[in-house]
Amino acid sequence: MRNPQLNKHGELQHLLTLDGLPREILIKILDIAAPFTEVAEREVKKLPLLRGKSIFNLFFENSTRTRTTFEIAAKRLSADVVNLNVSTSSTAKGESLLDTVDNLCAMQADMFVVRHASSGAPVLIAQHLQACGHDDIHVVNAGDGRHAHPTQGLLDMYTIRHCKGDFTRLSVAIVGDVLHSRVARSQIAALKTLGVPDLRVIGPKTLLPTAVEHMGVRVFHDMREGLRDVDVVMMLRLQNERMNGALLPTAQEYYKMWGLTAEKLALARPDAIVMHPGPMNRGVEIDSSVADGAQAVILKQVTYGIAVRMAVMSMLAGN
Amino acid sequence: MNILIANGRVIDPANDVDRQLDVYVVDGKIAALGSAPAGFVAGRTIDAAGLVVSPGLIDLAARLREPGFEYRATLETEMEAAMAGGITSLAIPPDTDPTLDEPGLVEMLTYRAKKLNRAHIYPVGALTLGLKGERLSEMAELVEAGCVAFSQANVPILDNMVLMRALQYAATFGFRVWLQPIAPFLARGGHAHDGDVATRLGLAGTPVAAETVALYTYLELAKITGARLHITRLSSAAGLALVEQARAEGMDVTCDVSINHLHLCDEDIGYFDANCHLVPPLRSRADRDALARGLATGSIDALCSDHTPVDDDGKQMPFSESETGATGMELLLPLTLKWGREAGLTLSQALARVTSEAARIVGIVKAGHLAVGARADVCVFDPEAVVKIGREQLLSQGKNTPFLGYELSGRVRYTLVEGQVMFGA
Repeated sequence: MRNPQLNKHGELQHLLTLDGLPREILIKILDIAAPFTEVAEREVKKLPLLRGKSIFNLFFENSTRTRTTFEIAAKRLSADVVNLNVSTSSTAKGESLLDTVDNLCAMQADMFVVRHASSGAPVLIAQHLQACGHDDIHVVNAGDGRHAHPTQGLLDMYTIRHCKGDFTRLSVAIVGDVLHSRVARSQIAALKTLGVPDLRVIGPKTLLPTAVEHMGVRVFHDMREGLRDVDVVMMLRLQNERMNGALLPTAQEYYKMWGLTAEKLALARPDAIVMHPGPMNRGVEIDSSVADGAQAVILKQVTYGIAVRMAVMSMLAGN
Repeated sequence: MNILIANGRVIDPANDVDRQLDVYVVDGKIAALGSAPAGFVAGRTIDAAGLVVSPGLIDLAARLREPGFEYRATLETEMEAAMAGGITSLAIPPDTDPTLDEPGLVEMLTYRAKKLNRAHIYPVGALTLGLKGERLSEMAELVEAGCVAFSQANVPILDNMVLMRALQYAATFGFRVWLQPIAPFLARGGHAHDGDVATRLGLAGTPVAAETVALYTYLELAKITGARLHITRLSSAAGLALVEQARAEGMDVTCDVSINHLHLCDEDIGYFDANCHLVPPLRSRADRDALARGLATGSIDALCSDHTPVDDDGKQMPFSESETGATGMELLLPLTLKWGREAGLTLSQALARVTSEAARIVGIVKAGHLAVGARADVCVFDPEAVVKIGREQLLSQGKNTPFLGYELSGRVRYTLVEGQVMFGA
């Protein structure tokens, strides 16, 4: 069983997950991303690294924000970008996922950026491409179900590295709906790979996955206890639909127990940074005073996200 | 035609036979063992030197996909797979389309199978109409039509009052009820064992409680109603412990496990292998090991293939969207042998789980053993010969098995059904 994101030489062929991604590759992506942050500062924000390449943003689940950042990243690398909102086109007509992929392969795609509601969909696509002999086509997972959101995880690592430097001295807390979060899974995988010695997850039992402690995290249900002396607070988005089931009673109670307020943040280190993958639910998982406060690096994350995605795409398909 | 199966190692678990014997088949029955009956002239002699001669295997769960799912498989293709697997009797779950809740349908299926003249089929009727868990099926009529038991396949009944009434009604006649332990609300939306792998891969988990809570209910209701209960497809150590406890208290309950759950665990999902998308889900390594031990000690009575052919389109999807099930009839024998070897059992002890013990659960008297007078359903196999499990090798229309690429020992050389050689050169 070969790791589907590496080719037979152990090089990155696709970016599907950060779980099991070798440390050297992870670091390399962060290193490559660094100079790309400066591209945005230039008058001409373009590099020719992906000139002539066709990148298909294949979004089976709507996400304007993620799609836009991938599009900007690809365009800054001079690629041709085609956006497909498949949730509203082919599959509604009954076309299977792999039929859609085959059709786009026939249009000489060089890369698919895939967002899908089902865990593992980009892995399936990567395996299919390999089975069809399309070794020259790359897949970037832009978020699949609850499984992974590797570029989000990478941009978070970039942000932490930028703000904090050494990972091996950090206390990091991930707060909220870990159960349904592909972001949290990618963050945990990357933080463990990068050697974070104290990694915590904080949330109610209903929103923490079974045996999450086997991923090398410490589990806290009391947010005040969990935030004590951490260097990094990573908030997760709470989807509104979680309120409809039996997972949580109300948004109000959630905010009271696990919403990040200035008062709770004060328990962390004074220089702790606050992160959020967006879009934020102000007043549910995070208070506005914190979201807009001096410790928040949430907008930096967005900026770095473009550089990291440029790094990933150029590494996979660069000329 | 009279057949002589010569020089083979005859293993008949039901009769505690394991030695080299010639088997004489006359008029579709076992006529004699060891020495020829008077006036016997062999029309054909099968040289079984170096081979094992065993009762034909009995599979407690083989979905042949007819009626209703002919695009996935047909009686013709699956009967050939059964023959290649040395399986001569099949219990058919009722989750066809329409479901097996109509005596006429059961008669038609039985008739079609008979005409094909391959494995004997033993339909398991739907416990409730359409498996909907609302109205009882005509159990007495269905038994007259050939049903050997009643089940809900893997569609649990939501309303426990309906379940209790169904068990009561079946108990009125002493009919067997086969239930797969699935607590509907606890299992809803789950696609993998709620454990490390599901957590890591972000798959919605099915907790073990989905099995244990159902077992508490089933065992209690069976006790109250006096129904003859058989538990199908155990998946967890905790579930097994509940069945063992009920038996220790004197309850007459049997249970089985599938080849998949006997050999695999959630780790085998690997990188989202949809062939591992099964109901119940593959559970932890510890669960798997407990099931293997339970089958060895006899806590679990029988092993089955849980044969469920699915077409490629149904499997080439993201894991949780893919259809559940695995093809299995052609794997039953080699995986029985593999388990037996790993558990340190004799061939006879291992084969009992797919012959005599399975026969007892279905209620088959004239097969599942090789006593004189038994139906000459025989499997002649080479226990050492290696079979490669590949898409090309499988005769089943379904190529969906987590064991693709495995090399397993145990190759069927001849399959006889009622004294006719239906498979083998």
